[in-house]
Amino acid sequence: MQDSFLFSGFGGQGVMFAGQLLAYAGMDAGYHVTWIPSYGPEMRGGTAHCFVILSDQAIGSPVLPRPAVALVFNQPSYEKYAGQVAPGGLLVFNSSLITADQSPSVPTLAIPATATAHGLGDARLMNMVMLSALLTVRPVLPVSALEAALAAHLPAHRRSLLAANVQALAAGAALAREAWLSPA
Amino acid sequence: MTRELLKGNVAIGEAAIRAGVQAYFGYPITPQTELLEYMAWRMADLGRVFLQAESEIAAINMVYGAACTGARVMTSSSSPGFSLMQEGLSYIAASDVPAVVVDMMRGGPGLGNILPSQGDYFQVTRSAGHGDYRPIVLAPASVQEAIDLTMLAFDLADRYRHVVILAADGQIGQMMEPAELPPMQPLTAAPPWALRGAQGRAPNRISSLYMHAESAEAANRRIQSRLSQIRQYEQRSLEYATEDAELLVTGYGTAGRIALSAVQAAREQGLKVGLLRPLTLFPFPEERLSVLADRVQACLVVEMNAGQMLDDVRLAVGGQIPVEFYGRMGGVVPMPDELLTVISRMYRRVAAPA
Repeated sequence: MQDSFLFSGFGGQGVMFAGQLLAYAGMDAGYHVTWIPSYGPEMRGGTAHCFVILSDQAIGSPVLPRPAVALVFNQPSYEKYAGQVAPGGLLVFNSSLITADQSPSVPTLAIPATATAHGLGDARLMNMVMLSALLTVRPVLPVSALEAALAAHLPAHRRSLLAANVQALAAGAALAREAWLSPA
Repeated sequence: MTRELLKGNVAIGEAAIRAGVQAYFGYPITPQTELLEYMAWRMADLGRVFLQAESEIAAINMVYGAACTGARVMTSSSSPGFSLMQEGLSYIAASDVPAVVVDMMRGGPGLGNILPSQGDYFQVTRSAGHGDYRPIVLAPASVQEAIDLTMLAFDLADRYRHVVILAADGQIGQMMEPAELPPMQPLTAAPPWALRGAQGRAPNRISSLYMHAESAEAANRRIQSRLSQIRQYEQRSLEYATEDAELLVTGYGTAGRIALSAVQAAREQGLKVGLLRPLTLFPFPEERLSVLADRVQACLVVEMNAGQMLDDVRLAVGGQIPVEFYGRMGGVVPMPDELLTVISRMYRRVAAPA
Protein backbone atom coordinates (compact mmCIF):
# COMPACT_ATOMS: atom_id res chain seq x y z
CA MET A 1 0.00 0.00 0.00
CA GLN A 2 1.19 3.48 -0.83
CA ASP A 3 -1.00 6.57 -0.91
CA SER A 4 0.08 10.14 -1.59
CA PHE A 5 -1.64 13.39 -0.67
CA LEU A 6 -1.14 16.96 -1.78
CA PHE A 7 -2.58 19.72 0.44
CA SER A 8 -2.67 23.19 -1.07
CA GLY A 9 -4.14 26.56 -0.09
CA PHE A 10 -3.43 30.07 1.19
CA GLY A 11 -1.00 30.58 4.06
CA GLY A 12 -3.10 30.55 7.25
CA GLN A 13 -5.64 28.01 5.99
CA GLY A 14 -3.94 25.20 7.90
CA VAL A 15 -2.44 23.42 4.89
CA MET A 16 0.73 22.38 6.72
CA PHE A 17 -1.03 21.27 9.88
CA ALA A 18 -3.64 19.21 8.01
CA GLY A 19 -0.80 17.35 6.27
CA GLN A 20 1.07 16.88 9.53
CA LEU A 21 -2.01 15.50 11.27
CA LEU A 22 -2.43 12.90 8.53
CA ALA A 23 1.27 12.05 8.84
CA TYR A 24 0.97 11.68 12.64
CA ALA A 25 -2.09 9.44 12.27
CA GLY A 26 -0.28 7.35 9.65
CA MET A 27 2.80 7.03 11.87
CA ASP A 28 0.65 6.00 14.85
CA ALA A 29 -1.00 3.35 12.63
CA GLY A 30 2.45 1.90 11.88
CA TYR A 31 2.97 3.21 8.35
CA HIS A 32 6.11 4.69 6.93
CA VAL A 33 5.29 8.37 6.41
CA THR A 34 6.89 11.45 4.92
CA TRP A 35 5.71 15.06 5.08
CA ILE A 36 7.41 17.76 3.08
CA PRO A 37 6.36 21.39 2.68
CA SER A 38 6.86 23.87 -0.08
CA TYR A 39 9.46 26.07 1.57
CA GLY A 40 10.05 28.59 -1.17
CA PRO A 41 8.65 32.06 -1.74
CA GLU A 42 5.15 30.59 -1.20
CA MET A 43 5.59 30.57 2.56
CA ARG A 44 6.19 34.32 2.41
CA GLY A 45 2.63 34.90 1.11
CA GLY A 46 0.37 33.28 -1.48
CA THR A 47 -0.39 29.64 -2.06
CA ALA A 48 1.55 26.99 -0.13
CA HIS A 49 1.42 23.22 -0.28
CA CYS A 50 2.68 20.11 1.46
CA PHE A 51 3.01 16.54 0.27
CA VAL A 52 2.32 13.49 2.46
CA ILE A 53 3.03 9.83 1.68
CA LEU A 54 1.78 6.84 3.68
CA SER A 55 3.27 3.48 2.76
CA ASP A 56 3.82 0.00 4.15
CA GLN A 57 7.35 0.11 2.63
CA ALA A 58 10.25 2.53 3.08
CA ILE A 59 9.52 5.67 1.05
CA GLY A 60 12.00 6.72 -1.62
CA SER A 61 10.92 10.09 -2.89
CA PRO A 62 8.75 12.18 -0.52
CA VAL A 63 7.36 14.00 -3.57
CA LEU A 64 5.76 12.42 -6.63
CA PRO A 65 4.93 14.03 -9.99
CA ARG A 66 1.18 13.37 -9.47
CA PRO A 67 -0.47 12.84 -6.08
CA ALA A 68 -3.11 10.13 -5.62
CA VAL A 69 -5.19 12.64 -3.69
CA ALA A 70 -5.31 16.42 -3.87
CA LEU A 71 -6.99 18.51 -1.19
CA VAL A 72 -7.32 22.05 -2.49
CA PHE A 73 -8.41 24.84 -0.20
CA ASN A 74 -8.49 27.85 -2.58
CA GLN A 75 -9.06 28.77 -6.23
CA PRO A 76 -5.38 29.10 -7.28
CA SER A 77 -4.69 25.62 -5.86
CA TYR A 78 -7.67 24.24 -7.76
CA GLU A 79 -6.43 25.78 -11.01
CA LYS A 80 -2.96 24.32 -10.46
CA TYR A 81 -3.73 20.83 -9.19
CA ALA A 82 -7.23 19.79 -10.36
CA GLY A 83 -5.72 18.24 -13.50
CA GLN A 84 -2.66 16.78 -11.75
CA VAL A 85 -4.26 13.98 -9.71
CA ALA A 86 -3.05 10.49 -10.69
CA PRO A 87 -5.50 8.04 -12.32
CA GLY A 88 -7.54 6.23 -9.68
CA GLY A 89 -7.17 9.23 -7.41
CA LEU A 90 -9.50 11.72 -5.78
CA LEU A 91 -9.84 15.51 -5.81
CA VAL A 92 -11.36 17.10 -2.71
CA PHE A 93 -12.06 20.81 -2.96
CA ASN A 94 -13.34 23.53 -0.69
CA SER A 95 -16.51 24.53 -2.56
CA SER A 96 -17.04 27.57 -0.27
CA LEU A 97 -14.10 29.30 -1.96
CA ILE A 98 -13.70 27.45 -5.26
CA THR A 99 -15.66 27.72 -8.48
CA ALA A 100 -15.22 24.29 -10.06
CA ASP A 101 -14.70 25.16 -13.72
CA GLN A 102 -12.61 22.17 -14.82
CA SER A 103 -13.52 18.56 -15.63
CA PRO A 104 -10.81 16.49 -13.91
CA SER A 105 -10.47 12.84 -14.97
CA VAL A 106 -10.78 11.65 -11.36
CA PRO A 107 -13.77 11.64 -8.98
CA THR A 108 -14.24 14.92 -7.14
CA LEU A 109 -15.66 15.66 -3.74
CA ALA A 110 -17.02 19.18 -3.17
CA ILE A 111 -17.10 20.14 0.50
CA PRO A 112 -18.37 23.56 1.66
CA ALA A 113 -15.63 23.48 4.25
CA THR A 114 -15.13 27.18 4.99
CA ALA A 115 -18.90 27.74 5.42
CA THR A 116 -19.10 24.68 7.67
CA ALA A 117 -16.17 25.90 9.76
CA HIS A 118 -17.81 29.32 10.08
CA GLY A 119 -20.95 27.55 11.26
CA LEU A 120 -18.88 25.83 13.94
CA GLY A 121 -17.63 29.21 15.08
CA ASP A 122 -14.09 29.32 13.66
CA ALA A 123 -13.03 29.52 9.99
CA ARG A 124 -9.70 27.95 10.96
CA LEU A 125 -11.46 24.59 11.44
CA MET A 126 -11.80 24.35 7.64
CA ASN A 127 -8.74 22.11 7.28
CA MET A 128 -10.16 19.52 9.69
CA VAL A 129 -13.48 19.47 7.81
CA MET A 130 -11.58 18.80 4.57
CA LEU A 131 -9.30 16.13 6.04
CA SER A 132 -12.07 14.04 7.60
CA ALA A 133 -14.15 14.37 4.39
CA LEU A 134 -11.18 12.87 2.53
CA LEU A 135 -10.78 9.91 4.89
CA THR A 136 -14.53 9.26 4.86
CA VAL A 137 -14.54 8.53 1.13
CA ARG A 138 -11.00 7.12 0.95
CA PRO A 139 -10.59 5.26 4.25
CA VAL A 140 -6.83 4.79 4.27
CA LEU A 141 -7.21 5.47 7.99
CA PRO A 142 -10.40 5.83 10.03
CA VAL A 143 -11.44 9.37 10.98
CA SER A 144 -11.05 8.24 14.60
CA ALA A 145 -7.28 7.94 13.90
CA LEU A 146 -7.23 11.71 13.30
CA GLU A 147 -8.98 12.32 16.62
CA ALA A 148 -6.47 10.10 18.39
CA ALA A 149 -3.57 11.84 16.63
CA LEU A 150 -4.91 15.25 17.68
CA ALA A 151 -5.17 14.08 21.29
CA ALA A 152 -1.68 12.56 21.19
CA HIS A 153 0.26 15.27 19.34
CA LEU A 154 -1.50 18.62 19.76
CA PRO A 155 0.97 20.83 21.63
CA ALA A 156 0.03 21.85 25.16
CA HIS A 157 -0.74 25.48 24.26
CA ARG A 158 -3.31 24.32 21.66
CA ARG A 159 -5.11 21.81 23.88
CA SER A 160 -8.08 24.12 24.37
CA LEU A 161 -8.88 23.72 20.65
CA LEU A 162 -9.17 19.93 20.81
CA ALA A 163 -12.96 19.72 21.26
CA ALA A 164 -13.67 22.15 18.41
CA ASN A 165 -11.33 20.25 16.09
CA VAL A 166 -13.00 16.94 16.92
CA GLN A 167 -16.37 18.57 16.18
CA ALA A 168 -15.03 19.76 12.81
CA LEU A 169 -13.85 16.23 11.98
CA ALA A 170 -17.37 14.92 12.65
CA ALA A 171 -18.91 17.65 10.49
CA GLY A 172 -16.54 16.89 7.59
CA ALA A 173 -17.31 13.18 7.78
CA ALA A 174 -21.08 13.86 7.73
CA LEU A 175 -20.77 16.19 4.73
CA ALA A 176 -18.68 13.66 2.82
CA ARG A 177 -21.12 10.80 3.48
CA GLU A 178 -23.96 12.98 2.26
CA ALA A 179 -22.10 14.20 -0.86
CA TRP A 180 -20.68 10.78 -1.74
CA LEU A 181 -23.82 8.72 -1.22
CA SER A 182 -26.18 11.08 -3.02
CA PRO A 183 -24.31 12.33 -6.09
CA ALA A 184 -25.83 15.27 -7.90
CA MET B 1 12.17 5.11 23.20
CA THR B 2 9.33 6.43 21.12
CA ARG B 3 9.24 7.45 17.51
CA GLU B 4 8.40 11.07 16.82
CA LEU B 5 7.54 12.90 13.62
CA LEU B 6 10.60 15.13 13.21
CA LYS B 7 11.76 17.63 10.64
CA GLY B 8 15.33 16.96 9.45
CA ASN B 9 16.71 20.33 10.54
CA VAL B 10 15.17 20.02 14.01
CA ALA B 11 16.27 16.38 14.34
CA ILE B 12 19.90 17.31 13.63
CA GLY B 13 19.72 20.09 16.22
CA GLU B 14 18.31 17.82 18.93
CA ALA B 15 20.75 15.01 18.02
CA ALA B 16 23.65 17.44 18.41
CA ILE B 17 22.30 18.50 21.79
CA ARG B 18 22.01 14.89 22.91
CA ALA B 19 25.57 14.26 21.65
CA GLY B 20 26.65 16.97 24.08
CA VAL B 21 27.23 19.99 21.84
CA GLN B 22 28.20 22.83 24.17
CA ALA B 23 28.27 25.73 21.72
CA TYR B 24 26.53 26.52 18.44
CA PHE B 25 27.41 29.48 16.22
CA GLY B 26 25.55 30.19 12.99
CA TYR B 27 23.88 32.50 10.54
CA PRO B 28 20.46 31.96 8.92
CA ILE B 29 20.10 30.65 5.38
CA THR B 30 17.34 28.59 3.77
CA PRO B 31 16.98 25.58 3.75
CA GLN B 32 18.70 25.09 7.14
CA THR B 33 17.34 28.03 9.16
CA GLU B 34 15.07 25.83 11.31
CA LEU B 35 18.21 24.23 12.74
CA LEU B 36 19.55 27.61 13.88
CA GLU B 37 16.09 28.59 15.14
CA TYR B 38 15.76 25.36 17.12
CA MET B 39 19.19 25.79 18.68
CA ALA B 40 18.34 29.38 19.61
CA TRP B 41 15.76 28.33 22.19
CA ARG B 42 16.96 24.85 23.09
CA MET B 43 20.58 25.76 23.87
CA ALA B 44 19.48 28.70 25.99
CA ASP B 45 17.12 26.42 27.96
CA LEU B 46 20.02 24.09 28.71
CA GLY B 47 22.40 26.88 29.69
CA ARG B 48 24.69 26.14 26.74
CA VAL B 49 26.01 28.65 24.18
CA PHE B 50 23.96 29.79 21.19
CA LEU B 51 25.24 32.72 19.17
CA GLN B 52 23.88 34.12 15.93
CA ALA B 53 26.99 35.60 14.36
CA GLU B 54 27.15 38.60 12.02
CA SER B 55 28.17 36.33 9.12
CA GLU B 56 29.16 32.78 8.26
CA ILE B 57 32.81 33.89 8.32
CA ALA B 58 32.41 35.02 11.91
CA ALA B 59 30.47 31.88 12.84
CA ILE B 60 33.14 29.44 11.62
CA ASN B 61 35.88 31.40 13.39
CA MET B 62 33.85 31.30 16.61
CA VAL B 63 33.60 27.54 16.10
CA TYR B 64 37.41 27.47 15.72
CA GLY B 65 37.91 29.38 18.96
CA ALA B 66 35.40 27.32 20.93
CA ALA B 67 36.81 24.06 19.52
CA CYS B 68 40.22 25.03 20.97
CA THR B 69 38.67 24.73 24.44
CA GLY B 70 37.96 21.03 23.77
CA ALA B 71 34.18 21.49 23.91
CA ARG B 72 31.89 19.85 21.36
CA VAL B 73 30.96 22.66 18.95
CA MET B 74 29.10 23.03 15.69
CA THR B 75 27.73 25.32 13.01
CA SER B 76 25.34 24.81 10.12
CA SER B 77 24.74 26.53 6.81
CA SER B 78 23.77 25.94 3.21
CA SER B 79 25.86 26.13 0.05
CA PRO B 80 26.58 29.89 -0.39
CA GLY B 81 27.02 30.31 3.38
CA PHE B 82 29.17 27.19 3.50
CA SER B 83 31.42 28.70 0.82
CA LEU B 84 32.07 31.63 3.16
CA MET B 85 33.38 29.22 5.81
CA GLN B 86 36.21 27.77 3.72
CA GLU B 87 39.12 29.68 5.27
CA GLY B 88 38.01 28.93 8.82
CA LEU B 89 37.52 25.24 8.04
CA SER B 90 41.07 24.99 6.79
CA TYR B 91 42.41 26.66 9.97
CA ILE B 92 40.40 24.22 12.10
CA ALA B 93 41.75 21.21 10.18
CA ALA B 94 45.32 22.51 10.37
CA SER B 95 44.98 23.07 14.13
CA ASP B 96 43.88 19.48 14.90
CA VAL B 97 40.71 20.54 16.69
CA PRO B 98 37.35 18.75 16.34
CA ALA B 99 34.32 20.50 14.85
CA VAL B 100 31.03 19.47 13.26
CA VAL B 101 29.65 21.48 10.32
CA VAL B 102 26.32 20.88 8.58
CA ASP B 103 25.95 21.79 4.90
CA MET B 104 22.27 21.56 3.90
CA MET B 105 23.06 21.79 0.19
CA ARG B 106 20.90 23.89 -2.16
CA GLY B 107 20.80 24.55 -5.89
CA GLY B 108 23.80 26.39 -7.31
CA PRO B 109 26.17 27.66 -8.48
CA GLY B 110 25.97 31.25 -7.31
CA LEU B 111 23.02 32.35 -5.24
CA GLY B 112 21.19 29.60 -7.12
CA ASN B 113 17.98 28.70 -5.30
CA ILE B 114 16.81 27.07 -2.07
CA LEU B 115 15.89 23.70 -3.58
CA PRO B 116 17.63 20.38 -2.80
CA SER B 117 20.97 19.72 -4.52
CA GLN B 118 24.19 17.74 -4.18
CA GLY B 119 26.27 20.29 -6.05
CA ASP B 120 28.76 20.74 -3.17
CA TYR B 121 30.19 17.19 -3.33
CA PHE B 122 33.57 18.32 -4.65
CA GLN B 123 33.68 21.21 -2.19
CA VAL B 124 32.97 19.07 0.87
CA THR B 125 35.02 16.00 -0.06
CA ARG B 126 38.07 17.58 -1.70
CA SER B 127 39.13 20.00 0.99
CA ALA B 128 36.42 22.40 2.16
CA GLY B 129 39.10 25.10 2.32
CA HIS B 130 42.60 25.66 1.02
CA GLY B 131 45.58 23.41 1.63
CA ASP B 132 46.11 19.69 1.63
CA TYR B 133 43.47 17.93 3.70
CA ARG B 134 40.04 16.41 3.50
CA PRO B 135 37.25 16.58 6.06
CA ILE B 136 35.28 13.49 7.07
CA VAL B 137 31.96 13.75 5.21
CA LEU B 138 28.75 11.95 6.21
CA ALA B 139 25.68 11.78 3.95
CA PRO B 140 22.28 10.98 5.52
CA ALA B 141 19.32 9.94 3.36
CA SER B 142 16.54 10.14 5.96
CA VAL B 143 15.67 11.95 9.17
CA GLN B 144 16.68 8.89 11.21
CA GLU B 145 20.05 8.74 9.47
CA ALA B 146 20.48 12.49 9.99
CA ILE B 147 20.17 11.82 13.74
CA ASP B 148 22.44 8.78 13.76
CA LEU B 149 25.12 10.42 11.62
CA THR B 150 25.04 13.63 13.70
CA MET B 151 25.85 11.52 16.77
CA LEU B 152 28.59 9.74 14.83
CA ALA B 153 29.94 13.08 13.55
CA PHE B 154 30.76 14.28 17.07
CA ASP B 155 32.39 10.96 17.98
CA LEU B 156 34.55 10.94 14.84
CA ALA B 157 35.47 14.61 15.26
CA ASP B 158 36.74 13.89 18.79
CA ARG B 159 38.40 10.59 17.90
CA TYR B 160 40.45 12.06 15.03
CA ARG B 161 40.54 15.74 16.18
CA HIS B 162 39.24 16.59 12.74
CA VAL B 163 36.53 18.48 10.85
CA VAL B 164 33.40 16.41 10.17
CA ILE B 165 30.85 17.67 7.65
CA LEU B 166 27.28 16.41 7.60
CA ALA B 167 26.35 16.90 3.95
CA ALA B 168 22.60 16.73 3.41
CA ASP B 169 20.24 18.67 1.16
CA GLY B 170 17.16 20.86 1.44
CA GLN B 171 14.83 17.89 1.13
CA ILE B 172 16.30 16.14 4.17
CA GLY B 173 16.30 19.41 6.11
CA GLN B 174 12.67 20.24 5.36
CA MET B 175 11.11 16.78 5.42
CA MET B 176 9.34 15.28 8.45
CA GLU B 177 9.64 11.55 9.07
CA PRO B 178 9.16 9.29 12.09
CA ALA B 179 12.46 8.92 13.88
CA GLU B 180 13.86 7.98 17.27
CA LEU B 181 16.24 10.17 19.19
CA PRO B 182 18.98 8.68 21.39
CA PRO B 183 19.06 9.45 25.11
CA MET B 184 20.82 12.61 26.32
CA GLN B 185 24.54 11.98 26.75
CA PRO B 186 26.64 13.58 29.47
CA LEU B 187 28.95 16.39 28.32
CA THR B 188 32.44 15.22 27.42
CA ALA B 189 35.35 16.17 29.69
CA ALA B 190 37.95 18.60 28.35
CA PRO B 191 40.82 16.72 26.63
CA PRO B 192 44.41 17.32 27.78
CA TRP B 193 45.25 19.49 24.73
CA ALA B 194 42.42 21.97 25.39
CA LEU B 195 43.08 25.67 26.02
CA ARG B 196 41.29 26.42 29.28
CA GLY B 197 43.93 28.22 31.35
CA ALA B 198 47.36 26.83 32.15
CA GLN B 199 47.65 27.50 35.86
CA GLY B 200 49.90 24.85 37.42
CA ARG B 201 50.92 23.22 34.15
CA ALA B 202 52.87 23.93 30.98
CA PRO B 203 50.78 25.90 28.47
CA ASN B 204 49.17 24.13 25.51
CA ARG B 205 49.55 25.78 22.13
CA ILE B 206 47.21 25.51 19.15
CA SER B 207 48.12 27.19 15.87
CA SER B 208 47.96 26.71 12.12
CA LEU B 209 50.98 28.94 11.43
CA TYR B 210 54.26 27.27 10.46
CA MET B 211 57.04 29.70 9.59
CA HIS B 212 59.40 27.06 8.20
CA ALA B 213 58.78 24.63 5.38
CA GLU B 214 60.07 21.68 7.43
CA SER B 215 57.66 22.26 10.30
CA ALA B 216 54.79 22.84 7.84
CA GLU B 217 55.65 19.58 6.12
CA ALA B 218 55.71 17.79 9.47
CA ALA B 219 52.22 19.18 10.18
CA ASN B 220 51.09 17.98 6.76
CA ARG B 221 52.48 14.52 7.45
CA ARG B 222 50.52 14.42 10.72
CA ILE B 223 47.32 15.35 8.87
CA GLN B 224 47.96 12.80 6.13
CA SER B 225 48.64 10.06 8.66
CA ARG B 226 45.32 10.88 10.33
CA LEU B 227 43.56 10.75 6.93
CA SER B 228 45.10 7.41 6.13
CA GLN B 229 43.70 5.99 9.40
CA ILE B 230 40.33 7.50 8.55
CA ARG B 231 40.47 5.84 5.12
CA GLN B 232 41.36 2.54 6.74
CA TYR B 233 38.72 2.44 9.47
CA GLU B 234 35.80 4.68 8.61
CA GLN B 235 34.44 3.70 5.18
CA ARG B 236 30.71 3.12 5.52
CA SER B 237 27.97 2.20 3.06
CA LEU B 238 24.64 0.40 2.83
CA GLU B 239 23.57 -2.12 0.23
CA TYR B 240 20.40 -3.49 -1.28
CA ALA B 241 20.16 -6.60 -3.47
CA THR B 242 23.82 -6.60 -4.49
CA GLU B 243 24.32 -10.40 -4.04
CA ASP B 244 23.43 -11.38 -7.62
CA ALA B 245 23.31 -7.92 -9.22
CA GLU B 246 24.43 -7.49 -12.83
CA LEU B 247 24.02 -3.72 -12.71
CA LEU B 248 25.10 -1.75 -9.65
CA VAL B 249 23.46 1.61 -9.00
CA THR B 250 25.16 3.96 -6.58
CA GLY B 251 24.07 7.26 -5.10
CA TYR B 252 24.09 8.98 -1.69
CA GLY B 253 21.63 11.03 0.35
CA THR B 254 18.37 11.98 -1.35
CA ALA B 255 19.50 10.68 -4.76
CA GLY B 256 20.43 7.38 -3.06
CA ARG B 257 17.06 6.89 -1.40
CA ILE B 258 15.17 7.70 -4.60
CA ALA B 259 17.48 5.29 -6.44
CA LEU B 260 16.47 2.61 -3.90
CA SER B 261 12.81 2.95 -4.96
CA ALA B 262 13.86 2.62 -8.61
CA VAL B 263 16.07 -0.40 -7.87
CA GLN B 264 13.22 -2.10 -5.97
CA ALA B 265 10.91 -1.48 -8.94
CA ALA B 266 13.55 -2.88 -11.32
CA ARG B 267 13.80 -6.02 -9.17
CA GLU B 268 10.01 -6.41 -9.38
CA GLN B 269 10.48 -6.47 -13.16
CA GLY B 270 13.06 -9.24 -12.78
CA LEU B 271 16.13 -7.08 -13.52
CA LYS B 272 19.17 -8.02 -11.46
CA VAL B 273 19.97 -4.58 -10.15
CA GLY B 274 21.52 -3.68 -6.79
CA LEU B 275 22.27 -0.48 -4.89
CA LEU B 276 25.32 0.73 -2.98
CA ARG B 277 24.58 3.86 -0.94
CA PRO B 278 27.69 5.51 0.57
CA LEU B 279 27.18 6.88 4.09
CA THR B 280 30.68 8.34 4.15
CA LEU B 281 31.66 10.46 1.14
CA PHE B 282 35.12 10.88 2.62
CA PRO B 283 36.40 8.32 3.21
CA PHE B 284 34.67 7.08 0.06
CA PRO B 285 33.67 3.39 0.44
CA GLU B 286 36.14 2.37 -2.26
CA GLU B 287 36.98 -1.01 -0.74
CA ARG B 288 33.40 -2.23 -0.91
CA LEU B 289 32.84 -0.73 -4.35
CA SER B 290 35.98 -2.40 -5.62
CA VAL B 291 34.72 -5.80 -4.38
CA LEU B 292 31.33 -5.25 -6.02
CA ALA B 293 32.98 -4.13 -9.27
CA ASP B 294 34.47 -7.63 -9.57
CA ARG B 295 30.96 -9.09 -9.59
CA VAL B 296 28.77 -6.73 -11.62
CA GLN B 297 28.77 -5.95 -15.34
CA ALA B 298 28.39 -2.19 -15.06
CA CYS B 299 27.75 0.67 -12.68
CA LEU B 300 25.35 3.62 -12.82
CA VAL B 301 26.05 6.69 -10.66
CA VAL B 302 23.05 8.85 -9.73
CA GLU B 303 23.50 12.32 -8.23
CA MET B 304 21.76 15.68 -7.98
CA ASN B 305 24.65 17.39 -9.78
CA ALA B 306 26.58 17.14 -13.05
CA GLY B 307 28.66 14.13 -11.94
CA GLN B 308 30.97 14.59 -8.94
CA MET B 309 30.97 11.37 -6.89
CA LEU B 310 31.28 9.88 -10.36
CA ASP B 311 35.04 10.65 -10.16
CA ASP B 312 35.39 8.68 -6.90
CA VAL B 313 33.47 5.76 -8.38
CA ARG B 314 35.75 5.72 -11.42
CA LEU B 315 38.84 5.80 -9.19
CA ALA B 316 37.53 2.91 -7.08
CA VAL B 317 36.44 0.82 -10.05
CA GLY B 318 39.65 1.54 -11.94
CA GLY B 319 38.37 0.90 -15.47
CA GLN B 320 37.22 -2.67 -14.70
CA ILE B 321 33.63 -2.08 -15.78
CA PRO B 322 31.74 0.64 -17.66
CA VAL B 323 30.57 3.48 -15.40
CA GLU B 324 27.71 5.70 -16.55
CA PHE B 325 26.06 8.70 -14.96
CA TYR B 326 22.60 10.20 -14.57
CA GLY B 327 22.07 13.48 -12.77
CA ARG B 328 19.70 16.41 -12.36
CA MET B 329 20.99 19.87 -11.50
CA GLY B 330 20.03 23.23 -10.08
CA GLY B 331 17.59 21.95 -7.45
CA VAL B 332 15.74 19.38 -9.59
CA VAL B 333 15.15 16.13 -7.71
CA PRO B 334 14.87 13.02 -9.90
CA MET B 335 11.69 10.95 -9.61
CA PRO B 336 11.73 7.14 -9.04
CA ASP B 337 10.03 6.45 -12.42
CA GLU B 338 12.60 8.59 -14.21
CA LEU B 339 15.46 6.61 -12.63
CA LEU B 340 13.71 3.31 -13.39
CA THR B 341 13.66 4.24 -17.09
CA VAL B 342 17.38 5.05 -17.02
CA ILE B 343 18.16 1.82 -15.14
CA SER B 344 16.12 -0.43 -17.47
CA ARG B 345 17.68 1.08 -20.60
CA MET B 346 21.19 0.71 -19.26
CA TYR B 347 20.47 -2.82 -18.00
CA ARG B 348 19.29 -3.95 -21.44
CA ARG B 349 22.36 -2.42 -23.04
CA VAL B 350 25.19 -3.52 -20.76
CA ALA B 351 24.00 -6.20 -18.35
CA ALA B 352 21.69 -8.35 -20.45
CA PRO B 353 22.46 -7.70 -24.12
CA ALA B 354 19.99 -9.38 -26.46
